[in-house]
Amino acid sequence: MNFDFSEEQKLLADSARKFLGERCGTDVVRQILDGDEPFDRNVWKGLVELEWPGTAVPESYGGVGFGHLELCVTAQEIGRALAPVPFSSSVYLATEAILLAGTEGQRETYLRRLVTGETIGTLALSEASRTPTPNTLSVEFREGKLYGLKTPVPDGDVADFAVVVATTPGGATEESTSLVLVDLNAGGVSRERVSTIDPTRSHARVVFDGAAAERLGPGGAGWPLLERLFDRAAVLQAFEQLGGADACLEMAQEYAKTRYAFGRPIGSFQAIKHKLADAFVKNELARSNCLYAAWALSAGAPELPVAAAAARISATEAFQYIAAENIQTHGGIGFTWESDCQLFYRRSKLLSLSLGSSRRWKDRLVTQLLLRQKAVGDEPGGAESSVEISSVARA
Amino acid sequence: MDFNDKPEEATFRQEVRAWLDKNAERRSSERFPVAPDESDESESLRRAKEWQAKKADAGWVGLHWPKEYGGRGLAPIYTVIYQMEEANYIVPRGFFEIGLGMAAPVLMAFATEEQRQRYVPKMARGEEIWCQLFSEPVAGSDLAGLRTSVRQHGDEWVVNGQKVWTSGAYYSDHAILVARHDPHVAKHKGLTYFFIDMRSPGVEVRRIKSIPGRSHFCEVFFTDVRVPDSQRLGEVGEGWGVAVTTLMHERLAVGEVGGAGFDEIFALAQDVPMNGGMAVDDSAVRDRLADWYVQTQGLKYSRYRTLTALSRGEMPGPEASIVKVVSASQVQQIASFAMELLDMGGVLDAREQTVANALFQQSYLSSPGSRIAGGTDEILRNIIAERVLGLPPDIRVDKGVPFNKVPGGMS
Repeated sequence: MNFDFSEEQKLLADSARKFLGERCGTDVVRQILDGDEPFDRNVWKGLVELEWPGTAVPESYGGVGFGHLELCVTAQEIGRALAPVPFSSSVYLATEAILLAGTEGQRETYLRRLVTGETIGTLALSEASRTPTPNTLSVEFREGKLYGLKTPVPDGDVADFAVVVATTPGGATEESTSLVLVDLNAGGVSRERVSTIDPTRSHARVVFDGAAAERLGPGGAGWPLLERLFDRAAVLQAFEQLGGADACLEMAQEYAKTRYAFGRPIGSFQAIKHKLADAFVKNELARSNCLYAAWALSAGAPELPVAAAAARISATEAFQYIAAENIQTHGGIGFTWESDCQLFYRRSKLLSLSLGSSRRWKDRLVTQLLLRQKAVGDEPGGAESSVEISSVARA
Repeated sequence: MDFNDKPEEATFRQEVRAWLDKNAERRSSERFPVAPDESDESESLRRAKEWQAKKADAGWVGLHWPKEYGGRGLAPIYTVIYQMEEANYIVPRGFFEIGLGMAAPVLMAFATEEQRQRYVPKMARGEEIWCQLFSEPVAGSDLAGLRTSVRQHGDEWVVNGQKVWTSGAYYSDHAILVARHDPHVAKHKGLTYFFIDMRSPGVEVRRIKSIPGRSHFCEVFFTDVRVPDSQRLGEVGEGWGVAVTTLMHERLAVGEVGGAGFDEIFALAQDVPMNGGMAVDDSAVRDRLADWYVQTQGLKYSRYRTLTALSRGEMPGPEASIVKVVSASQVQQIASFAMELLDMGGVLDAREQTVANALFQQSYLSSPGSRIAGGTDEILRNIIAERVLGLPPDIRVDKGVPFNKVPGGMS
């Protein structure tokens, strides 16, 4: 049993933490919160120089050619630092989408520019305040052109292109859903930044009015492709959530040790102790689920849909819990604009919704468990044990 | 990253499996296996002793103990591998864990060579059973507040008082005991540790009936019980330090709590009709199922992390401390929710009148005990907060105060 990251991967994590510690303290995050810049260009430039966007991209497309385990490790540090950069949109969503479904030509065109940070990509799925499903999508792809409104699109104001989830005429069914690539700087696209609960990560409202677009993956295969993409992105984002949850718990711990009330550190009161112990338990459950999902992602295991959902659900639970209880631990000071508590509180909610709510992931998890059970007969846990025994992930 | 044993671990696992295949019945893959009939206690005990002797003779007991006491001097990972494999077979459990998990390590650390040779091998073969005389009616979570008194008279000590929640006292031959030799010093300093013969004159055992009914728990009363000084473990006044060592072994021994788990509630949700479909189709049900699955898997992969540390010869990380606090509550929640799925019929608790051999009703009644035994939920959270997160200890009003002056202490 060697259920852990390798020494090299841990070194990578250390250097990522050091870089972000130096360049991306919460003062940097607050500048984005308070200012007009959509993201921190200095941090973005630095992590591009370190070749983070190309971590899991094959060398043949200009990437580093590591695997997803290395990307998970980096994601965790980005989450810990609450880095205000378009990394998740460009890497977990756009880059992964092209790796997953791109033609050779599309890979050549997009991946080379994505890994150098020359191009920022994103995914446009949400259409305002309703759950996106094949039946509710209204953005339409017809005769090579896109029509309709997507909002909020993460980094939609700064991205150069988007993978858009669209429906075809007469459609609005699963078979009519397609992924298409659209140049956001070209004609037929208008966009404006929108205000969200977390201003440290920018979002836009994007209107397509006849923008030229091309298919990514076969027509009509959009929904299953999107689900596969979300399984991958969910694992990577779960690591961001885990990193954020760890940092937030450390902040609460530190305050509980140093803040005095009634003549003693508040951390000596069981009401605070038990709250933070619960947070620790949630973080550890999330860490273990994340580690397993990282393995499933890197090994291309059939367990990925189940493992990704478990990682996503537990990391969401962990980060949301401590982000809220960190404020409670701080009391009044935690509610001020000046306190960093709000940074975690905002980010935890953003991340919990940005790939779909927990409610939806829980539903998907149970669906996947039922499918798996059907596949292996009525033996609970049967599929999993056989996968684990037979598969060896790359170190 | 991989889930495979190291070659030497894999060889060991194969050996374990081959031996178990030959000597025990493999657990069936039925959804709700019928628990073995244990209504005849003396028969259960006879079977357990027989199994333990067989196991010890084959060399599977005390794998990480030194060879001179019948062990094999192996790393802790091999004990875990043996336990993982044995869990797949129907074998007697629950009689020897306290002896092997707590008494044996303490004897090996503090007893004389002669005593170790006398007691440890018999314990390993199940010929003698040990119990633990720690908790008292007024000393549970605050164990150091115990009052059972012990006074020295020459080469002997005399014990008076009462213990409670002693598992298996009625069939035990020996016991480890912590008692107070001096009430005039601070509570931790007045304790001394012994082992005693449970058949000594003046030891009286009464069984406790707990919420689920029949139980292995007992009360033990001491009236002028004489214990030779040679059965003292550690110095006079060092009892707390010795007890802490024992409890550390207990925490390693207390794993996941048994009872209704995810597999059972998932199966039930597919069997129970609801709103024209099955319960598993209902979104509120799915929500809960997903939470429990995620917790269960989180514990499973936390165990993998612990195994990884053990396999490398390292101490397990803090992830090992979350197991009981998560699993005990989960069993209670699952049991309670399952009974709700069964609606008004959920109250039926006879095996032949309800589903799953009444597993859910039994778990509902037994799970509160799991949230208390081996450290209450609250104590476990304190331990995580203080030892893992480094939060300051609670203010102790009894700190440094002679025990007989502590409010609610000894007067």
